[in-house]
Amino acid sequence: MKESSGATGLLLNEPLLWEKGKKGRCGFSLPRRDVDPCSLDEDLMGEGPDFPDLSEIDVVRHYTRLSQWNFGVDTGMYPLGSCTMKYSPKTNEKQAGLPGFTGAHPLLPPELSQGALKIMFECEKYLNEITGMYATTLQPAAGAHGELTGMLIIYACHKKQGKQRLKIIVPDTAHGTNPASVSLCGFRPVPVTSNEQGILSVEAVAEIMDQDTAGIMLTNPNTLGLFEENIRKIAKIVHDKGGIVYCDGANMNAVMGVVKMGDIGIDIMQLNLHKTFSTPHGGGGPGSGPVSVAKHLEPFLPVPRVVEENGAYILAEDYPDSIGKISAFHGAFGVVIKAYSYIRRMGPENLKKASRLAVLNANYIKEMLKGTLHLPYDRPCMHECVFSDKHQAVYKIATLDMAKRLMDYGFHPPTIYFPLVVPGAIMVEPTETESKETIDQFIEAFKAIANEAGENPDLLHDAPKNCKVKRLDEVTAARKPCLAG
Amino acid sequence: MIYLPHTHEDIISMLRVLGVDNLDDLFSTVPEDCRFNGDLHLPDALTEWELNDHMSALSDTMAVSPEYKMFMGAGSYEHFIPASVSYLLSRSEFVTSYTPYQPEMSQGTLQAIYEYQTLAARLLGMEVATASHYDGATALAEALLMAVRITKRKKVAISSLIHPLYRRVVQTYFEPTGTEVVVLPYLDTGITDAAGLDEMDDLAAVAIQSPNFFGCIENLRLFAQKAHDKKSLFVASFTEALAYGLFKSPGSQGADIAGGEGQSLGIPRSFGGPALGILASSKKHMRSLPGRLVGKTKDLDGKTGFVLTLATREQHIRREKATSNICTNNSLCALAAAMYMASLGGTGIRKLARLNHDKAEYLKKELKKAGFGISFDSRTFNEFVVEFPSGFEASHRHLLEKKIIAGLCLAPYYPELSNHYLLCVTETRSKEDMDTLVREVKS
Repeated sequence: MKESSGATGLLLNEPLLWEKGKKGRCGFSLPRRDVDPCSLDEDLMGEGPDFPDLSEIDVVRHYTRLSQWNFGVDTGMYPLGSCTMKYSPKTNEKQAGLPGFTGAHPLLPPELSQGALKIMFECEKYLNEITGMYATTLQPAAGAHGELTGMLIIYACHKKQGKQRLKIIVPDTAHGTNPASVSLCGFRPVPVTSNEQGILSVEAVAEIMDQDTAGIMLTNPNTLGLFEENIRKIAKIVHDKGGIVYCDGANMNAVMGVVKMGDIGIDIMQLNLHKTFSTPHGGGGPGSGPVSVAKHLEPFLPVPRVVEENGAYILAEDYPDSIGKISAFHGAFGVVIKAYSYIRRMGPENLKKASRLAVLNANYIKEMLKGTLHLPYDRPCMHECVFSDKHQAVYKIATLDMAKRLMDYGFHPPTIYFPLVVPGAIMVEPTETESKETIDQFIEAFKAIANEAGENPDLLHDAPKNCKVKRLDEVTAARKPCLAG
Repeated sequence: MIYLPHTHEDIISMLRVLGVDNLDDLFSTVPEDCRFNGDLHLPDALTEWELNDHMSALSDTMAVSPEYKMFMGAGSYEHFIPASVSYLLSRSEFVTSYTPYQPEMSQGTLQAIYEYQTLAARLLGMEVATASHYDGATALAEALLMAVRITKRKKVAISSLIHPLYRRVVQTYFEPTGTEVVVLPYLDTGITDAAGLDEMDDLAAVAIQSPNFFGCIENLRLFAQKAHDKKSLFVASFTEALAYGLFKSPGSQGADIAGGEGQSLGIPRSFGGPALGILASSKKHMRSLPGRLVGKTKDLDGKTGFVLTLATREQHIRREKATSNICTNNSLCALAAAMYMASLGGTGIRKLARLNHDKAEYLKKELKKAGFGISFDSRTFNEFVVEFPSGFEASHRHLLEKKIIAGLCLAPYYPELSNHYLLCVTETRSKEDMDTLVREVKS
C-alpha cells in the first residue's frame, strides 16, 4: 500500500489575540485626518472596547499559524455525508472579489446595479431549470433559512385559503434543521417512520395525512442516500388532502439533469449553494439557501423580486401575498456569484456528469467497504452511503474511534451518528471531485483502521495523534462553559 | 472538465467493480416516471477566460468607489478593509473547511471564532457572543424570539427607528408565532418615544437600535430601565457596529441581549450579503442563545483546545425543541470581523470611530452653512438626516449623473418625511468629496 497522507507537520503554537500585542501598536493604516476634531458629549462616550493592540505582522502570523491547524477540502478528502464537500473552483473567488460586486451598496438604484440584478435574474432562471420549478428566490442566507422560508410560504398559502393547518409530516431520517424549521414556524412536526428498505412507504404517509396537516417535509434523495422511490404516490396523497409537498434539496448533487423535482410532485424546495453548487463552506458558512416554487406558490415568495422590464432589470415589491422579507437585503449575493460562476463554467452536460460521477464514487465506496463495515441497506445508493460500527463492536470500537483514527491517515471523517435511524451511523459522501486514486486511498485507510480495531484497538482509542490537539474534553466544556476570554 | 478528475478508464474500471455496464445503470432505483431524459436548457460551458470577460463586463456596470462618491449608509457601510485582512481571509484552510464538528483538525477555525466571540462581546459590552448569524435583521429577530422564550410573554415592542427592512424581517419571522409586535413612535428630536412603555405590562422585550436609522444616538439606559421595571428584557440593536468604538456599549447601559449587524467590521458590502449577524447576551441567558458557541477546554494531554459546545441547544441534537434552526452560519464573515478588530486594535478603533464622527460633523456643519436644515437635534455618529428643498429628487438624480450618491431618500420608509435624506460619511470620504457635494447641492 502506498504511504498514506497522514503525517505530522510543523504546527506552531499561537496564543490568543489578547495574550499578544503592546499598547500603541496598530495593524491598520489610519486614514488621513482632513477635518477638525469635534467636541464629544462626555455622557455618551464610552471607554471603547478592550481590544489588544497588534501590529500587522502580529496579525498575519497569528492567522497564518491558525490556518495551518485546519484541514479543508483543499487539504484532502472531506467525505461528510449530506454536506457535499466538493472542490470550490478558485475562479469563483475571483469573480466574487471583483470590485464592482464587493463595493456595491444593496440600495443602489437599479439603473446603477444592472450587473448584480442580471446575475440574480439569470441565476434564478438556471435554478428553475435545474429543479424543474417555476420561480426562485435567492434571499435565504442558508439551507435552514430556506427551510424556514418554505414553511412560512406554506403557512401563508393555507392562511390565504382561510384554513389554519397545524401539522407538518417529517420523516425519521430528516436532518435536524427540518423539525426545527417546522417548529420555528409554529407547526407541530408529526414523525413518519421509513420502511425496512430505508425509504418512505405510501401506507405510512396515507395513515397520518389528514385535513389538519399543512404538508410534508421530505428529503430526496434522503439522508440514507436513497431515492424516495414512492415520491409521486406520496405527493398525490398529500395533495389530495390539500397539503403542500416540501423537499429539502440538500442532496441535489445526486440528481442534477437526472430528476426534475418539479416534475415528480414537489411544490417547494430549497437548494444549498454551498453544497451542490460548489461555494466554499468557510468553516461553517456563509452559505445560501435559495427556495424554488411551483407556479401556484410564486405569489408568496419574499420581496423584492428581480424582474425584467423593457430590456433592463428592476426590483419589484408589488406582491401583496408575499411573506415579506427573510433577509435585510437580497440574501448572500457574494455567495450567489460563486454558484452562478460554477453553473456557467460547468454548463448543462457537466452538471449532469457531476451528479452521475458523484453517484459512481459513492457506490464504488459502498461496494469496496461493505466487507469491512456493516452496511445496513445493501442496495444501490445515490451520492452517499451509510455504514455502521456493528462489526467493530466486538472489539469495543465505536464509530467515533474509527472517525478519529481516520484523521491520522489524512482524511476528514465522514458524518457520524447521523441519520439517527442507524445506530453508530457513518455517512460517506465523496462527491464527484475526488479522483479514483484518492478514493482508493480512503478505502485502504478504512480497511487498515478496521484491521487495527482487532489487532491494536488503542491506536483508535487514542486517536488522533497527528493533529494540533488530542481528543478534547467536551463534557467539561459543556458543564463549565468558557465562551469568551 | 477540470473539476471532474475521472478519466474514461477510471470510470470503466469502477463500473466493472460494480458489475454494471454504464453510469445509467446506477440510477436503477429512480423509477422511470421520475426520470428526466432530456437536456438541461442552460447556456453552454464557458472557459475560465470567457467567464472572466463575462463577469468583468457585469462588474463594470455597477456604481462603486472610486468612480462614485457614496454618501449612503442605511445598514450597509463603506469602510476601508486592510489588504492584510483580505489576504488572510483567502487562506483556503479557512475558506474550504466546514463546521468544526471534528475539533482536532479544526483548531484554526475554533480558536479564531472563540477570539471573534470574545472581541464581539467586548465591543458590545456583553458577556457572551455567538459564533454568528446571517445578518443584523435575522440576529434581531432571533434576539426577540429568545426573549419570548425566556419570559414566556407574547408581545414585543420595537422602535420605529429600527431599520425599516429589519422591522419587515421581524414581522415575517413573527407572523406565524402569534406574538404581537408593537411599534414605538419617535419624537421630533429623532429618537424613540419611551412614553408608551409605561402602559405596557406584558412585553417579552423592548428593542431599540442605536445609532438608530436616522443616525441618532438613543438613550439606551432609559429604555433598559423602563423594560426592567416591567420585568421585560431589553434588546439593543445596531446596523453600524463601529459606533461602539466611541459610544457607550449596549451592555454597559443594561442590555440583556444585543442583536445587530457587523458588516462594518472588515466585510465588503457585496450588494447586501453575505453579512454578519452579531448576537450577544448576558451569561444568565447563555443557554437560551440560538446558534453555535465555541468554548475553551483541554485535550487528553492537558493542552488548551477549543470545541463547539452547549450543543443541546441546537437543531442537530434537540431538533424541534432547539433554540433555532440555524446550522450553517456566517463563520467566514465572523473571521473577517475578528481579523479586522485585531488589526484595528483598541487604540485604533477609537481613532477610526472618532474620525467617522468628525467627518460627518463637518458635512453637517457645511450643509447648515449652505442653508439646509438638519432634521433632528440629537447627537449622531456617521449618519444624519438633512431636509432638502421640495423637488430635490431631480437634483438627486442629477447628482447621480455626476457620480455622487447623495444619501437615501426617506420618503418611501417614512412618508411624513418627504424631502428628507439620510446621509452617511465614513473615513472613506475626503474633505474634498464633502465640499464638492455641498457645492453641487447648493447650485
